[in-house]
Amino acid sequence: MTAPNATTDGAAGTPSHYVSTAPFDPHETERLTARQERYYLASQWQLMWWKFLRHKLAVASGLILLLLYGSTLIAEILAPYGLDSRDTRHIYAPPQQLHLFHDGEWIGPFVYGYTYRLNMTTLKREYAVDANKIQPLRFFCLGDAYDFWGLVPGRFHLACPAEGGTLFLLGTDRLGRDMLSRIMYGTRISLTVGLIGITISFLFGITIGGLAGYYGGWVDNLVQRLIEMLRSFPELPLWMALSAALPVTWSPILVYFGITIILGLLDWTGLARAVRSKLLALREEDFCVAARLMGASPRRIIARHLLPSFMSHLIASATLSIPGMILGETALSFLGLGLRAPITSWGVLLNEAQNINVVALYPWLMLPVVPVIVTVLAFNFLGDGLRDAADPYR
Amino acid sequence: MLGYLVRRILIMIPTLLAISFITFAIIQLPPGDYLTTMIAELESRGEAVDHGQIALLRQTYGLDRSFFEQYLMWLSGMLVGDFGYSFEYNLPVNDVVGDRLLLTTVVSFTTIIFIWVVSFIIGIYSATHQYSLGDYVLTFIGFLGLATPNFLLALVLLYLANVYFGTSIGGLMDPSYIDQPWSWAKVGSVLAHLWIPVVVIGTSGTASMIRRLRANLLDELHKQYVVTARAKGLPRRRALFKYPLRMALNPFIADIGNLLPQIVSGAAVVSVVMSLPTTGPMLLDALRSQDMYLAGSFLMFLAVLTVVGVFVSDLALAALDPRIRLGGGVAR
Repeated sequence: MTAPNATTDGAAGTPSHYVSTAPFDPHETERLTARQERYYLASQWQLMWWKFLRHKLAVASGLILLLLYGSTLIAEILAPYGLDSRDTRHIYAPPQQLHLFHDGEWIGPFVYGYTYRLNMTTLKREYAVDANKIQPLRFFCLGDAYDFWGLVPGRFHLACPAEGGTLFLLGTDRLGRDMLSRIMYGTRISLTVGLIGITISFLFGITIGGLAGYYGGWVDNLVQRLIEMLRSFPELPLWMALSAALPVTWSPILVYFGITIILGLLDWTGLARAVRSKLLALREEDFCVAARLMGASPRRIIARHLLPSFMSHLIASATLSIPGMILGETALSFLGLGLRAPITSWGVLLNEAQNINVVALYPWLMLPVVPVIVTVLAFNFLGDGLRDAADPYR
Repeated sequence: MLGYLVRRILIMIPTLLAISFITFAIIQLPPGDYLTTMIAELESRGEAVDHGQIALLRQTYGLDRSFFEQYLMWLSGMLVGDFGYSFEYNLPVNDVVGDRLLLTTVVSFTTIIFIWVVSFIIGIYSATHQYSLGDYVLTFIGFLGLATPNFLLALVLLYLANVYFGTSIGGLMDPSYIDQPWSWAKVGSVLAHLWIPVVVIGTSGTASMIRRLRANLLDELHKQYVVTARAKGLPRRRALFKYPLRMALNPFIADIGNLLPQIVSGAAVVSVVMSLPTTGPMLLDALRSQDMYLAGSFLMFLAVLTVVGVFVSDLALAALDPRIRLGGGVAR
């Protein structure tokens, strides 16, 4: 670097050329813009966050997921009906359309009522839209009673049907229960299955992969063989067999935890592999050798020095394996091996749509497919974005 | 090559043994066995239970022995082709299974071929026409295919076929051929019905394969040697097929190892929805009724199918890639 203050000649003690006496500030020569300075001084997580924000699709997916998870907190209030509210006069009622205008006149959000007729020749329930029955929605109203999170009784809803009217925006099922409300309640179960499952598989993956990567040698070999073997097993039949082994006497809550544990138990292999290969690369780094020389225990080195340096990668790959679990639960419940009736998840709802006749006559029973696809896509995009952001220096 | 082959087969044996042990442990997991379930059922219906006969059955099938004895009996039986006894059907498992195993194999391998052919063509197109309209459309369809669970896809297809054609597309052959001996007409009927489950099961695999081939090929196409080849005047097509494609194909074949368990899993559920005469529906029933030898045989068969499939793909990879053949180890 050629600085303006040159050295003295030294031989005669007198400067052989001009030396500026003004105080020297090395930062003066390469003035960073405020923007650059912010960038260079930012922490790793800050950089990741900026890089993540540039991935528009991932940000949008993240927002959708936040909304979905947020909705599970207040599902009771958002749903117009209760989870088990039955309307025996409206069994297999088709979805009602939301309208704003009647005959070109502004009314606000309302639905047309049904007229119901049992077709005596085909024995089919026939519902027709009756344009005379205008049923405006009520907002911030009192409706079906519920226990908020099973604890606090309440009746407050965001939207209710008109007095004496109906509000089945997604139709009803074979017991006359509102599909929309049930899907909202199902969100709670379906989304948390993935979270609990991933927590379990995360713990397994980090511990087992960490041991394999840190110790190497025969531990590594054993773990590698075990992972290879588990991966060559087709996942779903194994899940089916394990969940069929859950005792029928278990309460629904126990079954729910059993299923999440089963999902997590088989899923850790991918994470363990990622942890292992990262550890193998990182443990030869200088900071790791230094820590070992200073007498840090293996546990401390793994937890304090190694894990933080690739946590971001782990979070990204965990995000990418959540949809697999959600799909797994959906498939198991759909087959009748997973969660059972009093618990409502998207898969349990889809169980009703297993029969081709039902699907042909009452196609709206297949609607829980939509949130499944949206969630899985959102998790995939979010995971892609996180994975790109996990390495901000590239 | 021979050394690699021998080593590869030697690795397979402990894997299969371990898998058989896990399988057996799982089917033993539920408390009690089929006979206790049967007794409970008989008692709940108020029928008399012949304890002498139950004891005889229990002794014949070794249900009163210890876990390891039972496992060894099961394992040694399987080695000589005796898969045990199905309590539900009152028949040896071999007779119950019939040609389901064959049909499962046919469906699985046709699906792989379908995935390869389709993703090969589309992957090359997407990579060579990057950011074109066709690329975007195909990528979007690919994402949808990846996100839609295939049993739901099967449901939707069943629904659409019912609405637009008024027919049921379930099954794997014309109903008149069910339980008939094999004939060319029956084979033809199977082939005519095969494509729907194959497309349904293969969609998600195809989607991920397309993405992978596209990414790999794009990496290769941007390398110096391709530019050099083009600069020397090599035709575009030749500059694509001669080297970059061969390089990009490697992970393509290696990936069968990941793909096959996925296909077998998918096929198990899809076959329940579409009521295919494959292992899926019967496995489900066997698991529900705790018909342990039947369920165990199916699980074992599916696992063997996967392991053998991975073995074949490793051989293909070795034939394609001298680095593996000459002992460098599989680079995944």
